[in-house]
Formats: sequence, structure tokens, C-alpha cells
Amino acid sequence: MTPVLEVEDLSVTRNGQPVVHGVTFHAFRGERVALMGASGAGKTTVLRAIAGLEPQIGGAISVCRPDVFAVDDLGNPARRARTPRIGMVFQFHNLFEHLTALDNVCLAAVHVAGVPRRDAERQATALLEQLGVGHRTHARPHELSGGEAQRVAIARALAMKPLLLLMDEPTASLDPARRDDLAATVRDLSTDGTTILISTHDAPFASACVDRVLMMRDGHIVRDGRPQQVLT
Amino acid sequence: MRRWATPLLLVLLISSSAQAQPSGELRWGGDAEGGAPFVEADPANPARVVGFEVEVAQLLADGLGRRPRFVQVGFTSLDAAAARGDFDIGLSGVEDSLARRSRLAVTIPYYEFREILTVRAADAARFRTLADLSGRRVATLGATLAYDLLLAVEKDHGVVPVTYEDDVHPYSDLALGRVDAVLLDDVLATRGVRRNPGLVNQPAAVGVGHYVGILAPQNAALRDQVNDILRRAMVDGRLEAIFRRWEMWNDDQPALYSRITSGGDATPVVASTAASSSTWDAAARYLPALLKAAGISLLLSALSMALAVLLGAAIATGRVYGPRPVEVGLTAWVELIRGTPLLLQLFVIYFGLATVVQLPAFLAALLGLGINYAAYESEIYRGALQAVPAGQLEAASVLGFSRMQTLRLVRAPQALRLALAPMTNDFVALLKDSSLVSVITVVELTKQTSIFAANIGSWVLPGVMCAVMYLAMSLPLARFARRLEKGWPR
Repeated sequence: MTPVLEVEDLSVTRNGQPVVHGVTFHAFRGERVALMGASGAGKTTVLRAIAGLEPQIGGAISVCRPDVFAVDDLGNPARRARTPRIGMVFQFHNLFEHLTALDNVCLAAVHVAGVPRRDAERQATALLEQLGVGHRTHARPHELSGGEAQRVAIARALAMKPLLLLMDEPTASLDPARRDDLAATVRDLSTDGTTILISTHDAPFASACVDRVLMMRDGHIVRDGRPQQVLT
Repeated sequence: MRRWATPLLLVLLISSSAQAQPSGELRWGGDAEGGAPFVEADPANPARVVGFEVEVAQLLADGLGRRPRFVQVGFTSLDAAAARGDFDIGLSGVEDSLARRSRLAVTIPYYEFREILTVRAADAARFRTLADLSGRRVATLGATLAYDLLLAVEKDHGVVPVTYEDDVHPYSDLALGRVDAVLLDDVLATRGVRRNPGLVNQPAAVGVGHYVGILAPQNAALRDQVNDILRRAMVDGRLEAIFRRWEMWNDDQPALYSRITSGGDATPVVASTAASSSTWDAAARYLPALLKAAGISLLLSALSMALAVLLGAAIATGRVYGPRPVEVGLTAWVELIRGTPLLLQLFVIYFGLATVVQLPAFLAALLGLGINYAAYESEIYRGALQAVPAGQLEAASVLGFSRMQTLRLVRAPQALRLALAPMTNDFVALLKDSSLVSVITVVELTKQTSIFAANIGSWVLPGVMCAVMYLAMSLPLARFARRLEKGWPR
């Protein structure tokens, strides 16, 4: 079985300082993986490197060959493929403040994937309803609660039908009840084969929704296994 | 530059009564920018002024037993300054007119001049009189007898008056072909032709006028003393000596002097209609011209702002997205434009570039204002672009948007909203800065107001009318922007 995500000997440098080094792991179709570790261990950096947001990287990252992007001689990510295979849900959601929830979800489908607006809006409405925010389609980001904004951000990422969904600290702004809802949502999302990689330091959440935990410390992976093995 | 906004305020605030003055001095007002032979800075010692008016002032001071002291006042502000008592007497090629006589204490005339047409040598045969200049642009100084003459024939002959703020550029623009004739007094015309070899003066006088001294109305006693001194100087040849020294003596002067000294008067040739009618009539008469000038101000401002927005957006985009050399180049450009006066930029574009490209005045004004404001707009847009959170740009990048798409769909719409309030402020500022373009002959609202004020001899009513028109243009704009801001983007 071919992995959806292959990370080989990844290193990330910031201001000349290595912050991640020697990170190698694979993730398979429909697998839910948590990157865990203390603050500063490098878990968010690994996510950002996979999303193409880190300019100084070495090693290789591929998502469901062919490579989403290669790394050129200078260690810069080369031009990314036009239609992304990766979706990302940011810790602070990063919704487009000038657009409604619906338009946030539609924008890339229309302008990047070239889906007709009417179809994009229908799909977006369905996604928002599926995620429990169907009643907020015409709200602006500043009118949404933290949990609602997160679900709109998830819908925005899913609208591009990614093979790999990255989630950065998704429970940081959620109360415990919402955290359980999110765990259920994550389990549902992978049933259609989407691979999910979550950076989190929330052990109960990880135990509730992932198949596998990669424990990081000081920029590299120190343990790799099932949650009950790693989180003891 | 002859700005009047500050003098207007002062006129309103300070009573127009003459202030106490040291009796040992004769403070005389003139505009050294008017240049030779009137008053100009001494080329050998710029702290001193020279000119025939300087010598007339000396003559008057001697007669009064005082020391002359020169007070620099812009030419178009001389009347208002005289009324305020900024100086004892104004001597700067001030023309006699009924309007002046009605509101100031005016001396007897001490020099007679002829208004003459100056044309390019090639046109000497076809442009002999104002009637030959139908549909042509004729340059002159604003608020002068020559300007009144041009206005009088504007309707009859379709001559297009073009007003300048100084007496050098009418002639240089005539040589360049921007105007087809200049109508000014022979003193200026002689100098203009000497400086610009391709020009000739037409011999026929279009009108005759006189130079007088002007004093505050309550200074009639001093005026009478001055008149006595002038009469004596006409008789004993001291005035003749001065004008001979400045190569201005001609046969018209003895005739004038004999009329004056025999008790006659020299009536101003062109009666400014304002003198005989009320201020309200004058207001009604000037209203169409003011409204038209307001329209020009608004049109010029709107077009300049459109240019500034487009250029500013391009500069801001280049500074945010461009490679390092582009960024450095654009930053230097913005600093150059912001660090130098708009007035200088207008002069450079209109007069400085004239030997290379002769831009029509309106286009030069549009370019000057547009380029100047583009620098300020670009700073606003740059700040607004950078204020859009980086997280949204990262989200757009992961979603697969190109940089151009991110700018168009995510960054610019949000930046525009942030920029809206400062942009409105800039538009209102531009509307008012558009008054500066009168220096390159565009008659906009402020210039038309100053012509009106010079004509009726008061700033109060013209100032109020002008202010009302500017407010009528700027207030709806501010309201419009507030509404846009509230309802943006739908």
C-alpha cells in the first residue's frame, strides 16, 4: 500500500537555526495521525513544512506521488501544483475576514479548482450543514464563535477535496464539550479515505480520535505508535 | 506664490484699522517678485531692493522727513494689505481704478502706461488688435486693468483670457506657442520682448492707465501730503530723473504731469464696473464664473484622484511584491515626491518641461496633482496591504491561490476598506490643494475668488461664497465615504 504522505529526512531552518531535523514518517489513506510534544518541539513546524509555508527546508515531502512540490537546490519549495492535495485548518482559523462563511468555503473551489459558482455554493452549503454550521452560512468571521469559525475553516479546507488534512492545535480554543464533538468529526472525516495529520498537545483528544501518535522532542520524532502505547 | 487664505483669516480676525506706526519710518509695500523695473532684489546685494518704485518711495520719504522701509507683500494682496495698514503706502505698479478709489486712499497718478499687445513676430501682421484674436488665448496678469480689458472683450470677440501670477511666464509661454498674445502694460511688454527675441509689441495702445500709490482710507491726510510731494517732484524734474534712469521716460509723462499740476485729474480709463454697483450685484455677476471655477476644481480633483489611486496602487503593489531593486526605486520616488513642494512640481511639469513637451495647463495640473497624491496614496495602500493578517495569506497559499489571486481576492479587498477613510481625507485635501494650480494658469475656484475679491476690493463676501462652495463639494464626499465604509463590501 502506497503511503499518502511521505516525509523523508525533513529539516527546517529558521534564521539559521535548525528547528526540525531528521524527521521521517509515512501516513496512509484514511489514517489519523497526531504529532505531539511539548511547546517548541517542532510539531507545528512539521505541519507548516508539509503545507509549503516554510521557506527553508531540506529533505523530501511527497503527497500521493507525484510530488506536490520538490525541493530545489537552495532548499526552497518549488512551485506548488495548482490544485492542492493538502488542506490545512489553522490554529487561529485564518478565515477571510471580508467574506461570509459560505464565500470563505467557495472561494478556492471557484477560483482555483474552476468549479462553477452555483455548484461550489451547493457543495459549500452541504459541507457547512454536515459540520453543523449550516445556519451560519451568511455570517462574517467576526460574527462566529471560536467553534463555529473552526468548523467553517474545516469546511473551507474540505471544499478542495484534499487527500491530506492538516490541523494545527485544533482544540486550543474549544471547551471540553466542543472538543468531544471535534473528535467525532475527525473520526467521520477519515471514513471517506482522507488522511488527517493533527498537531496537538491534548492527550485525551488525541486518544479519542487518532490511530497513531508521533511524539516529538527538540525537533525530531522520539516515539511512533498507537496512542495507548505512546501516551502512557 | 500669492496665497490669500492666511491674509483672509487675518483680515477677518484683525480690525482693518491701521496700526500704530513709528513716525520716523515710511513703510512702503511692494512685491519684489514683480521684478525690474518696479521693485526687485538688488542682484549685487539681495538684501536690498532696487527699482523705480524704490526711488519714488525714497523721494516720498525725503519729502516727509522719514526713512523708507520696504515691506514685501504679494502683488494680489496689496489692496487688502493697504486697507489693513500693513504699510503706510503701496507702490508696486499699482493701477489706478475706480474700484481702488472707492475703497482706498489713492494718490495722484505718477506714471502713465499703455496697455499693448505682444505677439510672436510671425503673427505681427495678423494679430494687430484684440478683435483679431477671436477664439485665441491671450495672457495677462490677474486682477489688472489688462485683465478687465480682456474680460470686456471676452464676450464680444471670443478672446480667451489666461491669467498668470507673474509677468515673466506670459511672455515665455507666448514664445512657446501656449498663448497667442499677451496684453500688459508697455513697461512689462518692453521687458518681455527684450527677454524673448521672437516677440514684438504692437504699436497701437489697447488702453491707457496710471500707476498710483495706495493707502488705507483713513490715511487721507498722509495721502494729501504725498500728493503735494509728487506734484512738486513733477514740476522740479525729480520724477523725470527717476524714470529716465529706468529708461521709462516718454512723451506721455510730461502731458500727464501738466494735466495733474494744472489741477486736472486723470480718470481711470477702464472703469471697473464693481465700483458703481453694490457688492451683492457683484456677487450675482460673479456667481456663474465662481460656479464654473468650482466645477473645474471638482473635475480636476476627481481626475487627479483617479490618477493618484491607480498610480498609488501600482506603487504600493510594487513596494510590497516587487523585487528589492524595484522596492528601493519606488521608495526613493515616493520620498522625492513627498519631500518636495507640490508647487515646485507643478512649476517643473508646466514651465520646466515646456522646452521638451508643452502640456496644456489643465493636463499639467492633473499630472502634477495626480503624481503628487499618488505618493501619499501609495503609502496608505502599502500600510493597508501590510495590515491584512499574514495568516490569511498563508491560508490562501495552502488553498492554491496564486499571489496575484491572493492580492485580488483576499488582500486588496480588505486593504481597500482600511484605506477608505484616509483616502477620503486625501481627496478633501486634494480638492483644496487644487487651488495651487492657479500658478500654472488654470482658473479654479480659489483663483476666481481672488479675482472677484480684487475686483470688489473685499475678501469677506467672496471668501464666504468660496468657502460655501468648497464645503458643498467636500461634505457630501465625507458622507459618501462613511456610507461606503459602513456598507462595504455589499
